[in-house]
Amino acid sequence: MKQYVIIGNGVAAAGCIEGIRSTDGKTPITVISEEKYPVYCRPLISYYLEHKTDTKKMNYRSDDFYEKNGCKVIYGRKAVRLDTENKKVILDDGGELPYTSVCVAAGSSPFVPPFEGLETVEKKFAFMTLDDTFALEAAVNENSDILIVGAGLIGLKCAEGLYGRVKSITVCDLADRVLSSILDADCAAVMQKRLEENGIKFLLEDTVTKFEHNTAHMKSGADVKFDAVVLAVGVRANTALVKDAGGETGRGITVDDSMRTSIENVYAAGDCTEGNDISSGQKKVLALLPNAYMQGYTAGVNMAGGESLFDKAVPMNSVGFFGLHAMTAGSYDGELTDCSENGNIKRFFIRDGLLCGYILIGETARAGIYTSLIREKTPLNTVNFDLLTKTATSAAFTEENRRKKFGGVV
Amino acid sequence: MKRVYVNEEWCLGCHLCEYNCAFANSGMSDMATALKGKTIYPRIHVEGDDKITYAVSCRHCTDPICVKSCIAGAITKEDGVIKINKDKCVGCLTCVLVCPYGALAPGENGIMQKCELCLNNSCGEPACVAGCPNRAIVYEERGEDK
Repeated sequence: MKQYVIIGNGVAAAGCIEGIRSTDGKTPITVISEEKYPVYCRPLISYYLEHKTDTKKMNYRSDDFYEKNGCKVIYGRKAVRLDTENKKVILDDGGELPYTSVCVAAGSSPFVPPFEGLETVEKKFAFMTLDDTFALEAAVNENSDILIVGAGLIGLKCAEGLYGRVKSITVCDLADRVLSSILDADCAAVMQKRLEENGIKFLLEDTVTKFEHNTAHMKSGADVKFDAVVLAVGVRANTALVKDAGGETGRGITVDDSMRTSIENVYAAGDCTEGNDISSGQKKVLALLPNAYMQGYTAGVNMAGGESLFDKAVPMNSVGFFGLHAMTAGSYDGELTDCSENGNIKRFFIRDGLLCGYILIGETARAGIYTSLIREKTPLNTVNFDLLTKTATSAAFTEENRRKKFGGVV
Repeated sequence: MKRVYVNEEWCLGCHLCEYNCAFANSGMSDMATALKGKTIYPRIHVEGDDKITYAVSCRHCTDPICVKSCIAGAITKEDGVIKINKDKCVGCLTCVLVCPYGALAPGENGIMQKCELCLNNSCGEPACVAGCPNRAIVYEERGEDK
């Protein structure tokens, strides 16, 4: 009997389900969910700590989502092996699931370097899942001093989430700046300032050399006392299933624009993959929710015999701290045009006559117009780029272009 | 389905659509009480330069990238209309990051709002269209959905 199997139950899996059902309304779908919850909005865990959402609102889809889409979900089980010869997924309880096609949407896992003495720390947490969040929430109170190791998106959103619930928050990172994967030094300094104004302390270019119970001995010589530590150093794509089955992997499971892996009938989507980043021309792990959904949807359509390509992937982030928003997209490997003014940062990166990336901090209105220039590879000599550097507006496009956008069905 | 379309050659740049939109979504019965002396947060806005002006509101795309990108699962497409569940929205602005038309903007409280064609307010049909003095904004069928 025909059956689709999806390994993972995050947003890429939800996209995959909806992609399959856009093409094939009948064939049963089985979803393997290691976590015991229906698909939820993973990036909202920090907003949960801030009381800006709750577990009910965090559900990504309606309560009848799986039923309505003819899905069986196996909760609390993990896929441990792909038997590609016999087209079966092997589960951790020995169970076997035959598949017609399978989508690996296994996400990523926190990467924890081997810190000396980490085993002596009683309260240590990752910040990736709802269960991580509940555990962290239960372990802290208004008297807690928190150490967060890692000043990337996960570490800093965790800091913002914990703000107001704990006594102090210190963030350390080996890098010389915050958000080093998406911001250059000047921009990072602006965001760091906003965080510091709200009492978050930073130890940059510094790392823990040894943990001793409730103390972190830092490379700089400082000792940081803490009640709980959050380890947010980085994440690693969960590639093992495909790698062990002989499939091609790099930093993630290698996929093409149709989300096929190098193994027949095996697709992959979301944070476990590396796909084509059109802004840099390289294979990249684009661990972002929008890409996860779009990859999942594309995989689903193709698994079900349709034809779909996701060939416009670029890195992109919208991230705010204490009311200050930063938006970034694309690659910064281009010539810089800096149009920052009035305290707002606006940096454009141009390569081969195309916008390849940008960083905005503060004023972010209509930034999607910039993102679309990158995604659509719009030659800048066909738009009024001078005007665009002042403000994001469709007035910079030709009248014909606007007529299509605002006078027709898009 | 019927959508809001603009004819930029007829737009006077008067911004009345913005006020009619803000009023229609205010829940109040008197325009002066609703808007006078207040900063307005309309779901349509007039753009342009010294030569042309035109109004921008949600295109209700056939393949809406905002729906696919919303990290809160707050934006959905129902019967062709792109709607936002303000209760679920956390104001992350990812929809602003991806909308190629610049059609979404946060409201007063930082939560996103967008044109829902006045289908969920007392107006019942787009107030921007009803109040446009030069019929530069229209509400009609133009081509079928794929």
